[in-house]
Amino acid sequence: MSKILVIAEHLGGKLNAATARAASAAAAVKPEAIDVIVLSDAPDAIAAEAAKIDGVSKVLTVARAENAHALAAILAPQVAKAAAGYTHVFAPSTTFGKDLAPRVAALLGVSQVSDVMTVEGPHSFKRPIYAGNAIVTVEVDAASTVVATIRTASWPAAASTGNAPVEALALDVALPSHTRFVNLQQGKSDRPDLQGAAKVVSGGRGVGSKENFEVIYRFADKIGAGVGASRAAVDAGYVPNEMQVGQTGKIIAPELYIAVGISGAIQHLTGIKDAGTIVAINKDGEAPIFEIADIGLVGDLFKILPELEAALG
Amino acid sequence: MKILVGYKRVVDYNVRIQVKPDGTGVVTDGVKLSANPFDDIALEEALRLREKGVAEEVIVVGIGPADLTAHLRNGLAMGANRAIHVQTADAVSPLTAARTFLKLVETEQPGLVILGKQAIDDDANQTGQMLAALWDRPQATFASKVEIADGKATVTREVDAGLETIEADLPAVITTDLRLNEPRFIKLPDIMKAKSKPIDVIELGSLGVDAADHIKTTHFAAPPKRSKGVMVNDAAELVAALKQKGLL
Repeated sequence: MSKILVIAEHLGGKLNAATARAASAAAAVKPEAIDVIVLSDAPDAIAAEAAKIDGVSKVLTVARAENAHALAAILAPQVAKAAAGYTHVFAPSTTFGKDLAPRVAALLGVSQVSDVMTVEGPHSFKRPIYAGNAIVTVEVDAASTVVATIRTASWPAAASTGNAPVEALALDVALPSHTRFVNLQQGKSDRPDLQGAAKVVSGGRGVGSKENFEVIYRFADKIGAGVGASRAAVDAGYVPNEMQVGQTGKIIAPELYIAVGISGAIQHLTGIKDAGTIVAINKDGEAPIFEIADIGLVGDLFKILPELEAALG
Repeated sequence: MKILVGYKRVVDYNVRIQVKPDGTGVVTDGVKLSANPFDDIALEEALRLREKGVAEEVIVVGIGPADLTAHLRNGLAMGANRAIHVQTADAVSPLTAARTFLKLVETEQPGLVILGKQAIDDDANQTGQMLAALWDRPQATFASKVEIADGKATVTREVDAGLETIEADLPAVITTDLRLNEPRFIKLPDIMKAKSKPIDVIELGSLGVDAADHIKTTHFAAPPKRSKGVMVNDAAELVAALKQKGLL
């Protein structure tokens, strides 16, 4: 039987919702146990949140001052040690999980399954390659530990009605001092988080400038949406990098995705393919975005967005 | 110091790949191949560090079949001092690639290894992290800014929450994000010069790397197609369509 260790992602004392998505993928393996490991300098509040995730058997906390920041070089040896006795180690496919999980896998002497979309069996998974233009089925040797990152856009967050016990875990692991945290510059936003938002409005190069992006923000706020951007908009300096949606940015699956002034390069489309409904607003009727849009509107975004706001009252 | 740069050859990022109807792979015959875009960024960063006097030598490393040599010449034309071609006919996993790099690290003793954050074919995003783990050295993934001074790298990383800065003692592994730099174009005279630059060819089998792969790809499929959409004529129609779907 399988026993799965899920690595909790957290920031500022709060559990990241991606953890509950990774727990959903773990449940799909139908394991005997799903344990969540919280590595932090102060794990108690985070562990209490993790204990509520449905399907979690227990939460393990590793409280060490060195765990104050999520540095892969510090966390990986601890996770690798804690992984003894588990058949699977899962982490969300966020920048946190992508940084940490391969380091854990290498310490365990195994390759990793990146971006699990579906679980076909305890050792069989589907994942995207070539920017999502092909989906491969991979089989992991049954004798090896499965280390995987979970494509969060493919999995719903497990509900939080559980009540798992929390246990402190003492790990006798020497930690390196060669990697040190300096600072984190966070974009301030009171809008819904891009990766968890039910609605997302994204702007591209067609928006034209940083100032013009205000029309995107205003419309997004009107409908309670998160705001994303294409690579072109980020490269042009209209918005910060953490708003980029696509193969190398965030992969999202909101119920409604509205692409404004985005042509729809392959690399962008891979980030939104699993959205429920895709709306494209673009002045170029030949733009590739219209090939995957459920609803398309050809026209000038600066005319259409105010009209949409007016129509919404 | 020396800088090792990973230089993978992949299907060009503009190509719309096709999955073979029998599910055994994607069509790569006759398809344009190029340097992985993140690896061009890695090489550019290494060259800039050499131009600043931080590094003396930049070595591009490729793992792959005999005809990969021509690809490595492009890296030499861009400005690398020399190339190492680890020859193998088989596709290698990120773990095998990391173990191969570790062997080269042991012989070359670089101060820095710069790799792309992911290859755009397998989208794995693993090799740099794995090399750092096996080498027991720092990793700075998704780098958008790199400063080297006093035996340390100060690296700004593109993370989901924003920009994180970390400090890593050298030697270290850095993986590049898109906004680290704008890679230079190769000029014709440099292509001529690259012809006389050395390429060491090493058989993967001779390095003593465990190349066993415990993850097997058993089937390739095209992604599910989205159903054909509709066009609306104005904002009012769009709002009506979204209200009908219960989305507004």
